[in-house]
Amino acid sequence: MNLTMLCYLVPSLIMFAAGVYGFCTRKNMIALLISLELMLNAADLNFVVFNRFLFPGSMEGMFFTIFAIAIAAAETAVAIAIIINIYREVKNTDINSVKQMKF
Amino acid sequence: MGNTLPILVLAIPFVMFLILGLGGVKMGRKLAGTLGILANGALAVVAYIIAFTYFFSGDPAFIDAEGVRQQLEVFDVTWLAFTDRLVVNIGFILDPIAAMMLVVITTISFMVHLYSWGYMEHEPGFQRYYAFLSLFTFSMLGLVVATNIFQMYIFWELVGVSSYLLIGFFYKLPSAVAASKKAFIVTRFADLFMLIGILVLSYYVAQTPADGPLGTASAFNFSMLNANAQSVLASTAGATFLGGSVLTWAMVLIFAGGMGKSAMMPLHIWLPDAMEGPTPVSALIHAATMVVAGVYLVARFFPVFGVVPNSMVFITVVGAITAFYAAVVACAQIDIKRVLAFSTISQIAFMMVALGCSYNQLVVHEGHTVLGYMSGMFHLFTHAMFKALLFLGAGCLIHAVHSNNYTEMGGLRKYMPICHITFLIGCLAIAGIWPFSGFFSKDEMITAMFNCNSFLGWWMTMVAGLTAFYMFRLYYLIFWWEENPKYKEHGHKPHDASWQMSLPLIILAAVSCVAGFIPFGEYVTFDGKPYTIHIQTSVAVRSLVVALLAIGLATLMYAKKNPLPEKVKNFWPALWTAAHRRFYWDEIYQFVTHRVIFNIICRSIAWFDRHIIDGTMNALAAVTQWTSLKIRGLQSGCVQAYVIWYFLGAVALAAITWVCLL
Amino acid sequence: MDSLANIILYFVAAIAVIVFSVMTVTSRKILRAATYLLFVLLGTAVFYFQLGYEFLGAVQIAVYAGGIMVLFVFSILLTRRPDEKAPLLSTHRRGIGVALALVSFILLGLALFYMPFLSGVSLAQSIEAGATIDMHTIGQTLVGSDKFQYLLPFEAISVLLLACIIGGVTVARKR
Repeated sequence: MNLTMLCYLVPSLIMFAAGVYGFCTRKNMIALLISLELMLNAADLNFVVFNRFLFPGSMEGMFFTIFAIAIAAAETAVAIAIIINIYREVKNTDINSVKQMKF
Repeated sequence: MGNTLPILVLAIPFVMFLILGLGGVKMGRKLAGTLGILANGALAVVAYIIAFTYFFSGDPAFIDAEGVRQQLEVFDVTWLAFTDRLVVNIGFILDPIAAMMLVVITTISFMVHLYSWGYMEHEPGFQRYYAFLSLFTFSMLGLVVATNIFQMYIFWELVGVSSYLLIGFFYKLPSAVAASKKAFIVTRFADLFMLIGILVLSYYVAQTPADGPLGTASAFNFSMLNANAQSVLASTAGATFLGGSVLTWAMVLIFAGGMGKSAMMPLHIWLPDAMEGPTPVSALIHAATMVVAGVYLVARFFPVFGVVPNSMVFITVVGAITAFYAAVVACAQIDIKRVLAFSTISQIAFMMVALGCSYNQLVVHEGHTVLGYMSGMFHLFTHAMFKALLFLGAGCLIHAVHSNNYTEMGGLRKYMPICHITFLIGCLAIAGIWPFSGFFSKDEMITAMFNCNSFLGWWMTMVAGLTAFYMFRLYYLIFWWEENPKYKEHGHKPHDASWQMSLPLIILAAVSCVAGFIPFGEYVTFDGKPYTIHIQTSVAVRSLVVALLAIGLATLMYAKKNPLPEKVKNFWPALWTAAHRRFYWDEIYQFVTHRVIFNIICRSIAWFDRHIIDGTMNALAAVTQWTSLKIRGLQSGCVQAYVIWYFLGAVALAAITWVCLL
Repeated sequence: MDSLANIILYFVAAIAVIVFSVMTVTSRKILRAATYLLFVLLGTAVFYFQLGYEFLGAVQIAVYAGGIMVLFVFSILLTRRPDEKAPLLSTHRRGIGVALALVSFILLGLALFYMPFLSGVSLAQSIEAGATIDMHTIGQTLVGSDKFQYLLPFEAISVLLLACIIGGVTVARKR
């Protein structure tokens, strides 16, 4: 049996679908963030897989993933700072408690 | 002569305008006034040097071997190129009339600057006044040295603006504001026609082939158009509009601009009202310089007017009617400045007729000196001097008795001897009495008119007689008649004004005495060749007799208080009232604008604006509002809802891509 | 033909990734969800190692599994009691979630199976065909300014991280 592209893309696909499900259903903002990380991770994995199987001679996919991880870290840090700030104001982390931010 | 002096002529007044306009608030009256007067003095000197060099240096650039004075463009810079042919240049033309106008404008401007020092002494906004005077001087000089019709048009509007600013100088008086608006709107309305005329003319000229006689020069250029007037006529050949050739229409439309500026009937209504401005301004702008811009325009474009005789006939007829109308109205005015204003209209119309009536000489005896042209320019020159004198004299009178009406005056000769003598000289000059300047120029003009048509000659002789009559009526009512008892009541008697005001009067009076002896024909003629003025005895005697008769009649009626004027007035009171009300022209305009235009046209336009245009906008707003109300629920603030919509959008995009790819 | 060890490793990691990602989004206890996420990330790191990107796998473990997870755990502990459970989902909400997940799954799955670039090359072949990626090359590429080198994004990321540090501190500090 060979490990082809598909072997890696299918778990990534499931990871992404799970992220979509989580993002649409969860109410806790941290849980939303976790779902987001799942989707991001799936995308990262795809970059690497495409790089490996389609363009083995170059490294763009890998570097893209490295940068994506760095940005994900930054994004998570800021998002958590904001969530903690919101928690101080409204004493919970429910996404529906920040509806007023549309104004 | 290099470029320096011509550039200085335009730069000095403009820089003065900037300095006084921007820095005037910070400087005192003395400084601003001194600056303005000194700069204008310098300007006058520069202009004199240019004119002197042009007329007397004998430089082959200015006068060729046969003694023909040349027209030259000292500089001509491309300013705005629309197409290859429609190029607007800014330049400096030098020819006899331009040089003559430089002298006239700078002289009068200098006199008025000096005079205003005394006249405006206690008025607020003294610095602003001097700034506006500089702006006017700049614009007027730019107008006369224009190398092309478009440059002239630009400066034409600029003099309109400065006139507006100066008429409305006392902006706290509602009448001054109304007068300034009236002047601006009426002249602007006329300029609209002028612009159309310019565009029509340049449209046809620009279409001529580049290898044709009109070449590739700018279609606006005066020298090119004037030198090839027949080709200009040919360029519009065959094109007619409402039964007239297009060139005739173009020239008549261009002349309509001149009618507005020079207050010809029926666009004269602004000039009497413009007397609301300070009197020195009336002297400078509304008597001597700006109002003759129309005459100057006709003179500048004379050959092109000449190839379409109908336009010349139009000019003549308009001028003849205006001259008579204004002279009649002037006989029935009470406000001395109004009398002078109507006299100005009449005299300018005289110049117009002189120019217009020479068309047949131009056509029949081509190549000969056009007498009407020369005499019109001569009269422009002498009229500028004596009319400025009269206005400045009127300013002194108003200053002394604090009223514009002669009913408040009378018997002033004892109190104001300088003003009296100079005013008398002005009146004699305008009446055309030998040896004052008006005699010579008017005599030449009337000769030209008799050459054209003897009816026109007699008509204008009659107008000249009327001129003498109403001027002396004014003179007697101010200085003789009966001493106004109010002088003694108030404790301070009217007296001659300060030297700043008297000096210009004396200078201008002296000029008016001797200007007639200038051999004007040697310098300013249509074709540049010298022309020796010889007084035609028959015409001269005829007009002298008419003038003297008119003066005699005025003396009889007004020299001493007597009931004769009342009797004459009551002989046909309706006529007097009609003349006093200027034959109801203002009322006609009022009716046409308010009742007809405002009521019918503007109301419907307003309805259209309010209901159709605003309605469209309101409908747009209403639809937008309705839509936003309907879709506002989408902006729930619920992040997950956004994600769902976003996701659906992404899916839709993917589906579309899918369909397109497969 | 890939080695049996590789295949077994792949299956372990793949099953872990699939199962734990589903559990991450279905768990009602948020701390557990975070823990399951950790396993998913570690499984992904295994994939990276398997694909021959050792550095990337190390980064994945260090940054994601090490750094971000700690942030998650701290924030969870700060904002809620450890034993607190999320309320049960409403059918409506779950329906939407499942529908969207299915739609994305089907759409992307179709794309996977229909797209022309899907190659049947095995992992061993592609690793053989690929260039060696050692630390030296990665370092050169990250701070080089030639074509296919990444100095500018590198610097941009450094600025972004600085901004994020300052931003995080500013947003979260007590007023």
